[in-house]
Amino acid sequence: MKRKIPLIITFVVGVVLIFAEFIPHKPFGLISGELEKWYLIIAGFAIILGQLNLFKVNLFKIRYKQKNWQYFILTLVSFSIMVLCGIFWGTQNNPGVFGNGVAIVTAMGDKPFDYLFLNVYQHLSATMFSLLAFFIASAAYRAFIARTTESNLLLAAAILVMLGNTSMGSILTGWLPESLKFLHLPRISEFIMKYPNTAGQRAIMIGAGLGIIGSSLRIILGIERSYLGGK
Amino acid sequence: MTHFFSVLGIWLGALFTFAIFSFLYKDNPFYKIAEQIFVGLSAGYWFVYTIFFILMPNLFNPLLQDFAVNWIKLIPAVLGILMLLRLIPSIDWVSRFPIALVIGTTSGIFFLRYLKSDVINQLTATIMNPFQGADWVTVVGQILLIIGTLTGVIYFYFSKKHEGAFGVTAKIGIYFLMVSFGAAFGYTAMARISLLIGRLQFLLGDWLGIINP
Repeated sequence: MKRKIPLIITFVVGVVLIFAEFIPHKPFGLISGELEKWYLIIAGFAIILGQLNLFKVNLFKIRYKQKNWQYFILTLVSFSIMVLCGIFWGTQNNPGVFGNGVAIVTAMGDKPFDYLFLNVYQHLSATMFSLLAFFIASAAYRAFIARTTESNLLLAAAILVMLGNTSMGSILTGWLPESLKFLHLPRISEFIMKYPNTAGQRAIMIGAGLGIIGSSLRIILGIERSYLGGK
Repeated sequence: MTHFFSVLGIWLGALFTFAIFSFLYKDNPFYKIAEQIFVGLSAGYWFVYTIFFILMPNLFNPLLQDFAVNWIKLIPAVLGILMLLRLIPSIDWVSRFPIALVIGTTSGIFFLRYLKSDVINQLTATIMNPFQGADWVTVVGQILLIIGTLTGVIYFYFSKKHEGAFGVTAKIGIYFLMVSFGAAFGYTAMARISLLIGRLQFLLGDWLGIINP
C-alpha cells in the first residue's frame, strides 16, 4: 500500500493530464484545470516543508554543537524575525495579523518585512552575486588556459559578445568603412547571439526536451520510482 | 524617526556589503555571519511569500469566502498537511501520496509542454529555407543555424559511438555548443560586473555621498 497507491496516483494524474490535452470535452478539461490548482497548493506546502526542514536541520546542528554551530543561531534568528514580521504586519499590499501596522509604518517608513527585504536581504543578495564577478574571472582564466579548439571558440565568443555589448566595441571598430560594416563588433556580437548561439541553445533545448519527455513517461508508467524513497 | 530608520537601513546595507566582500581576502567570521543571515532571511522571505501569494489566494481565501463552492480544495489542503508529515520520521511515508500527485501532475504537464515548446516548435523554427534572406550575412547565419542545430542534436545522441562521419558531425556540434557557452559566459560575466558596479554605486553614492548615484 505504501508504494502501490502513490504509483497509481502518479499514473492516473499523469495520464488524465495528457489525455485532457487531446480530448477537449467534459470532464477532462475541468479535471486537468482542478489538478493544476491542487498542484499549486501542494507545491506551496512543499516550499513550507523545505523552510521547516531548514529550521530543523539548523536546530540539530546547534543542539549537537557541530562545527561553527554558533553561526547557525543567526540563521534561525533571522529566519524567525523575517517570518514573524511578515505574519504580524504583512507585506506591502497584504495585511498581517496586526493589520497594516500604520504606527510602525509611520515610524520606519516601510512595513518591517519590506524594510528587512529592502535594506538587508536585497543588499546581501546583490553583493553575494556580484562577488561572483571576481570568481568568474579566475574561472575564465582556468577554462581558457586549455589550448584546444573548443576552449578557443569559447574564449572568442565570450570576448566578442562582451566587447560588442560595451561602448569599447563601438570605439574599436567604429572607424571601419561602410563596406566592412559586418566586422563592426556590435554586429559580430549580434550575429553570434542570433545564429551560432541560437543553434547551440536549440540543440540543448531539443536534447533536454526529449530527455524530459522520456523521464516523464518513465515516471507515469512507474518505471522510475526513486521519488518514493528507499523504504 | 523615519530618518533614523532610513540612515540605519543604508548603514546595514553598507556593513553587510563589506562583510560579504571580506570573503575576497579569505573566509572569516564577518562573512559567515552575513552568509547565515542571508540564508535565514531568504528562507523567511520565501516562507512568507508562499503564505501570502500562493496559499492565501489559492486555498485559504476561497475556503473562507465560499466554502460550499470551494470545499473540494480541502483535498489538496489535507494532502499538503500530509506533505508536512515528512518531518516526522516514523510516519514520513504518508508524504508519498501528495508527492505522487505533484510528480504525476508535473510529469503530465512537462510531457506536453516540452514536447510542444522544446521539440516541435524548435524543429519547426529550424526547418526553413536558409537562402531566403535580405543579405548574404543573413543567409550565412541561417545556414549556420541549421547546421548548428542538427549537429548539436547529433552530439546529444549517445546510443551510437561517436566515430567516423558520425563523430565528425558530433564534433562540429560541440563547436557550436562551445560558441553558445562562450556567449552565455560573456553575458553572465557582464551581468555580474554590472551588479558589482551597482554595489560600488551604493557604497560611494548612497552611503558615502561621494558620487551622485
